[in-house]
Amino acid sequence: MAEKNLDAVGRFLARQGILVAFVLFMVGFSLWNPRFIDIDNVFGVIRSSAILGVMALGVTFVVIGGNLDLSVGSLMSFSAIVVLDLHENPAFGPYLAIPAMFAMTMAIGALIGFLVGYLRLNSLIVTLGMLSAIHGLTLTWSGGQNMDIANQDATWFGVFGRGTALGIPIPVLMFGLLAAVLAILLAKTPFGRKVYAVGGNGTAATFSGIPRARVVFFTYIISSFCVATAGLIQASRTMGAQNTVGQGMELEVLAAVILGGASLLGGSGTVFKTVIGVLILGFIQNGLLLAGLEFYVQFVVTWVIIILAVWLDIATKRGKLWSAIA
Amino acid sequence: MTEQTPVLRLEGIVKTFPGVRALDGVSLTLLPGEVHALMGENGAGKSTLMKVLGGIYQPDEGQIIVDEQPVVMSGPLEAKAKGIVFIHQELSLATELSVAENIYLGELPRKRFGLVDWAQLEANTNKILKKLNVGFNAKTRVGSLSIANQQMVEIARALTVDAKAVIFDEPTASLTDAEKVVLFEVIADLQSQGVGIAYISHRMEEIFKITDRISVLRDGQYQGTVNAAETDEEGVTQMMIGRKLDLSRNESHHELGEVAIEVRGLSCGNLYHDVSFEVRRGEVVGFYGLVGAGRTEIAETLFGLRNPSAGTILMNGEEVTIQSPADAIARGISLVPEDRKGQGLVLGMNCRDNMTLPQVGDLTAGPFVSDGAEVAIFDQYRDKLDIRTPGWRQTVGNLSGGNQQKIVIGKWLSMHPNVLIVDEPTRGIDVGSKSEIHNLIRELAAQGYAVIVVSSEMPEVLHVSDRIVAMYMGRIIRTFTSEEVTEDNLIQAISGIEGGKVA
Ligand SMILES: Nc1ncnc2c1ncn2[C@@H]1O[C@H](COP(=O)(O)OP(=O)(O)OP(=O)(O)O)[C@@H](O)[C@H]1O
Ligand SMILES: [Mg+2]
Repeated sequence: MAEKNLDAVGRFLARQGILVAFVLFMVGFSLWNPRFIDIDNVFGVIRSSAILGVMALGVTFVVIGGNLDLSVGSLMSFSAIVVLDLHENPAFGPYLAIPAMFAMTMAIGALIGFLVGYLRLNSLIVTLGMLSAIHGLTLTWSGGQNMDIANQDATWFGVFGRGTALGIPIPVLMFGLLAAVLAILLAKTPFGRKVYAVGGNGTAATFSGIPRARVVFFTYIISSFCVATAGLIQASRTMGAQNTVGQGMELEVLAAVILGGASLLGGSGTVFKTVIGVLILGFIQNGLLLAGLEFYVQFVVTWVIIILAVWLDIATKRGKLWSAIA
Repeated sequence: MTEQTPVLRLEGIVKTFPGVRALDGVSLTLLPGEVHALMGENGAGKSTLMKVLGGIYQPDEGQIIVDEQPVVMSGPLEAKAKGIVFIHQELSLATELSVAENIYLGELPRKRFGLVDWAQLEANTNKILKKLNVGFNAKTRVGSLSIANQQMVEIARALTVDAKAVIFDEPTASLTDAEKVVLFEVIADLQSQGVGIAYISHRMEEIFKITDRISVLRDGQYQGTVNAAETDEEGVTQMMIGRKLDLSRNESHHELGEVAIEVRGLSCGNLYHDVSFEVRRGEVVGFYGLVGAGRTEIAETLFGLRNPSAGTILMNGEEVTIQSPADAIARGISLVPEDRKGQGLVLGMNCRDNMTLPQVGDLTAGPFVSDGAEVAIFDQYRDKLDIRTPGWRQTVGNLSGGNQQKIVIGKWLSMHPNVLIVDEPTRGIDVGSKSEIHNLIRELAAQGYAVIVVSSEMPEVLHVSDRIVAMYMGRIIRTFTSEEVTEDNLIQAISGIEGGKVA
């Protein structure tokens, strides 16, 4: 009987490989440097992960649907620049700037969704191309200048990035709220089920009467909505932005999603797992900072740890450290 | 002959999966030059036993003995090196590679500097293909082949090494009669070279035609081994499922209702031409023909997956255009597709979600999917179709082949269609469940469904159909009523022999 229970525990752990890795990492680092687990530090990490996290939520849908989105970093720069510029434009002001920016960002998302979903173009190529195209668009818009809000005391715009409610930073609240809503959308609604089906086996989904193109289209709409939200938080936090503020984030976002256990082949992953992936990434980087590693060394170590974590995940799933079928 | 040394023996093999004891102390002996059938219901553990033998799974207990030496099979390549070749139930080919590359995958002939010797590769492959008498060559891309031809590629793999034992796991499930003949010749050839052959199939007629001994598994337990010459279908069925089957031909003639679907002069490119037929409520119409006769393509057209180039489709007397599967579903058409893995299932999803996929948008409570309604549907069809799974949470990819097929059937039955189209519905299904599915089809017709059965199995078509449409090269040659039809005139019709034609 006891043996059976142990077996069940083992199986549970095997399924939660990445969670185990996370806990081990946290415990290890905390033992080594107690400041790591300090409540202020923990909140700090979550807050600084919020922007990446919000973007990762949207990309989770795209990846489960069987596609990639490499344009999110570039699109985030775009939305930050646009919202700041419109904020400074007397014809818009903060009230109109925000919805206008969401509309524009999501229009670009719709374009990507159309190309990948309806025209069935390869998502890697499309979003890689869009990464450059959007960057160009951003530079054109800004004329190559950084955007800044001139009179920062005269606007409430900073609330999204700097404000708190009930003692919790607003970015963290937005991340949490969006995660909850999207988790329910993915796990509990017919639409969510269709995303899994389309990513798991597109042909079988078609044979089940599921409109594959439309489902893929909406995954990109969701992704661009999340990017717009991230852009808003970013712009609000710094009250100004460079044209390249989101540069390189597409890979970090993807790393967080994969770290959470979504398969690049599509059809698997959850919002909760992505949140775990985001936190792991955030705590790794924070840990390295506390360890006093140089910024550039961090890049290398971060990726080594990501690869180790993914390996541990796969190894626990198949019960072996390496594949027998070479 | 004196007592032969077995080519291999299995002793007391136990294999468990979470929640399933797939093999429970199974022992088996394979002699040189024998064809040894392995039989049992869906989920009895046949494929699992063979995967243990082929090094794909490690047994929890028990021993594998090759040439009287206990061995550990660490993987498929090691099994192959020991002369044990495994032809899988589910195709495992790289569709983007050529036939030759697939056949020699992992052991491509080399020249100097490790370069692939393409000329050699092609020559070797074509030699094997010639033996198999197939209509494609070494350079053909596997993805462009029909399922049957892909199966032949899989079989060709077995002929590349000096095998001691070859395992065939349901090799004929998607072969035509002509291809089967070739396969049986290949098997006889191997047999005469002293190769031991393990052969899994649910088709009794084949078993008695080609095998020497029959071993039966039931729920992972070994039931016994008999000589094929000393038993019959009934005896084996009794061992497999513990009861007898009613295999009588369909005689029940109930009242037919209105025409549910009618097709007039339908054509689709060069796939099929000028096809006309009708199906009434309460009627089962069988479509019989060789692979490539255009039957699947007609089914796909009715389900909105292909656009006809000419002709009309009428439902309940009204002309309709069916644009998409969603359209077809809305009009009450269901299609059980022929390729369960590619078209029927999302293998990584659980059993319940697969079964309710086409109707998930309707099974809601407020904006959310209603768990309760879904589980209720799953439970109903699990019982009705006797699906063996530890629970609805099991990933479909972990079910046995036959049980996967039952999930697909349940998925479409649960839609309560007006017109049910089933394409090779009992591929890979055991005799007991097969007759249950046939009864179910009859029962559905009796309830007023219009049913179209596409099948390459003559006994199946004869058994379930009220009328049989015989097709050849994209054309309807003749339509038989169940009184007119005989095996002979049916075979003539599907071979395009016009002599069978009656005005
Ligand atoms: N990888 C797996 N994980 C969990 N369960 C499995 C796995 N593989 C097989 N099983 C279970 O083991 C049992 C035996 O399956 P197996 O595939 O050997 O049946 P089979 O006799 O080949 O049936 P069929 O005639 O339908 O092909 C089934 O209950 C199946 O669900
Ligand atoms: Mg099997």
